[in-house]
Amino acid sequence: MYRYIIKRLLLVIPTLVGAAALVFLLMRLIPGDICVVRLGSGGGTFDERAVQACHAQLGLDRPVFLQFVDFVWGFFRGDFGISMWSGKPVLYEIAARFPVSLEIAIMAVVIANVIAIPLGTISALKQNSPIDLAIRVFSIAGLATPSFWLGILFILAILDISQAAFGSPWMPPIDYVPIWKDPLRNLSMVIFPALTVGYRTSAVTMRMTRSAMLEVLREDYIRTARAKGLVEHIIINRHALKNALLPVVTLIGIEAAFLIGGLVVTEQVFNLNGIGRLFVQSVQNQDYTMTQALVMLVVAAFVLTNTVVDLLYAWLDPRIRYG
Amino acid sequence: MTIAAPTTARNLSPFADDLSEIRRSRLRAAWIFCRRQPLGTFGMVIVLIMAIAGLCADWIAPYSPTANDFAAMTEAPSWAHWLGTDQFGRDLLSRIIFGARTALIVGFSCAIVASVAGLVLGVGSAYFGGRLDLYLQGVLDVVMAFPLIIMALAVVAIFGTGIHNVIVAITIPLIPRCARVLRSSALSIREVPYIDAARACGFGHSRIILRHMVPNVMAPYLILLTAFVGQAILAEASLSYLGLGVQEPVPAWGLMLQGGAEEYASTAPWIAIFPGLAIALTVFGFSLFGDSLRDALDPKLRDR
Repeated sequence: MYRYIIKRLLLVIPTLVGAAALVFLLMRLIPGDICVVRLGSGGGTFDERAVQACHAQLGLDRPVFLQFVDFVWGFFRGDFGISMWSGKPVLYEIAARFPVSLEIAIMAVVIANVIAIPLGTISALKQNSPIDLAIRVFSIAGLATPSFWLGILFILAILDISQAAFGSPWMPPIDYVPIWKDPLRNLSMVIFPALTVGYRTSAVTMRMTRSAMLEVLREDYIRTARAKGLVEHIIINRHALKNALLPVVTLIGIEAAFLIGGLVVTEQVFNLNGIGRLFVQSVQNQDYTMTQALVMLVVAAFVLTNTVVDLLYAWLDPRIRYG
Repeated sequence: MTIAAPTTARNLSPFADDLSEIRRSRLRAAWIFCRRQPLGTFGMVIVLIMAIAGLCADWIAPYSPTANDFAAMTEAPSWAHWLGTDQFGRDLLSRIIFGARTALIVGFSCAIVASVAGLVLGVGSAYFGGRLDLYLQGVLDVVMAFPLIIMALAVVAIFGTGIHNVIVAITIPLIPRCARVLRSSALSIREVPYIDAARACGFGHSRIILRHMVPNVMAPYLILLTAFVGQAILAEASLSYLGLGVQEPVPAWGLMLQGGAEEYASTAPWIAIFPGLAIALTVFGFSLFGDSLRDALDPKLRDR
């Protein structure tokens, strides 16, 4: 087991270094000189000295290999350089926006599982019935509905309902207040984006729960439990669901990808100043240092999540061989 | 198979009968699919409607998708404008019909290029194995570490916006996803005796790969292809919505939701509702069709 853990953790290193190399390469693929592109995009004039200063600031006057080493080393130290747009440290900009995104992400995961696991189980128990069909359509619709459109629909509904109820339209607040300061204000801001992202994420989990449950329900020990005359809800909850939820754990990795993708667009819809919005802005503003840092952070988070999921799964399911 | 027809002067090829037989059995398979998979058929119908809308947009659309009519801005759905007009007085129905063309062009080009590249990499990697396989998997693992939309945004950050760059941006992250699935299918086929037999016959690598391995991974390939079209359409819509995809005045569904949709949310909700419905319906159609295709092609899932 320990050998497996160490082996799996060591595998993270080449992936991360590879990803860093890819991000580093991508940002150097930008046609032309990024300093010229960046300085010229405002429409103003600039002289050679400004370009040289920009090169020096980004370390572009150094050999490529050293630049890469700097990039990786900076990443490990948490030093991502200076934002080309705001002039402030990248880490500072990210830290300011992190809490909103994190809160939405956590809430979305909770919402997704609260919707998905019961519905997936019911769907499997009532296989091929109209309820099963309805739940399957609901989950496929979750995958098909773009999160930004769902968000817009939420806004439409909020506006209409508040107009009807209070006589004047109400919109969720857009400036972030920590939950311990003003829980109501915080929740009214975060709940709709979390629902938007959560519904889409739940679709994946729902389908997995259903198919895993169907598989487990055909196992011999379920038949044995039935033959013993166990009450149905104990068979379902203790014997079937417990085993069926095991593969659902592996989905956390996929969910993470959905969450990140969902956050990028949903924050835009609800005008929230989170990581996703920062990402889109940095791409729009050609803030290459920021884009590079954010891509790298997301990838690192994603790789680490997947590693933890692998380890968790091996720990939960003793049948997995530690190869 | 029926008994082979006797070879006569008129019917020299013994294969002629087989061909018509194959054609008939394909039609029959399609018919069985429609009967057994009502949801899948429903999805197929949606996809067909969108395809017809995209192909024949010039003849179907009542107005030009880019013509402004300042006398009819943010007009509610009416007989003149079935789905209403946007803030520039452009007919929403016409823009949605032309948007189907953009969506399908992006969807199919991304899916086809990505799945063909994935097929070559996946099957090639499985067939040759060894070092090549090891290194290739390493590279693909790295690319897989980028969530789709993040990779797409990074590519757009480099090459800029516009329909061609969007296609590149969405295709790149799809390739390793396809290669990985097809590699694992191909790996199990490599061990099957008929591959050894083909090798023993002295056939070349390309012949073994193309004639013996590729046809056997067609089932997962087709399933992936349909799934990719839906994913690509969704990704394009997201990018366009963020202002980083297809640019005005090209009619694209995501783009239609970008400008006025939220601003006019309370006064002209149709601007926000219909383009999103078009995206959701199309992707829904592809997902239903893909799911049923999987059920029909994968014998393990057949009775589920």
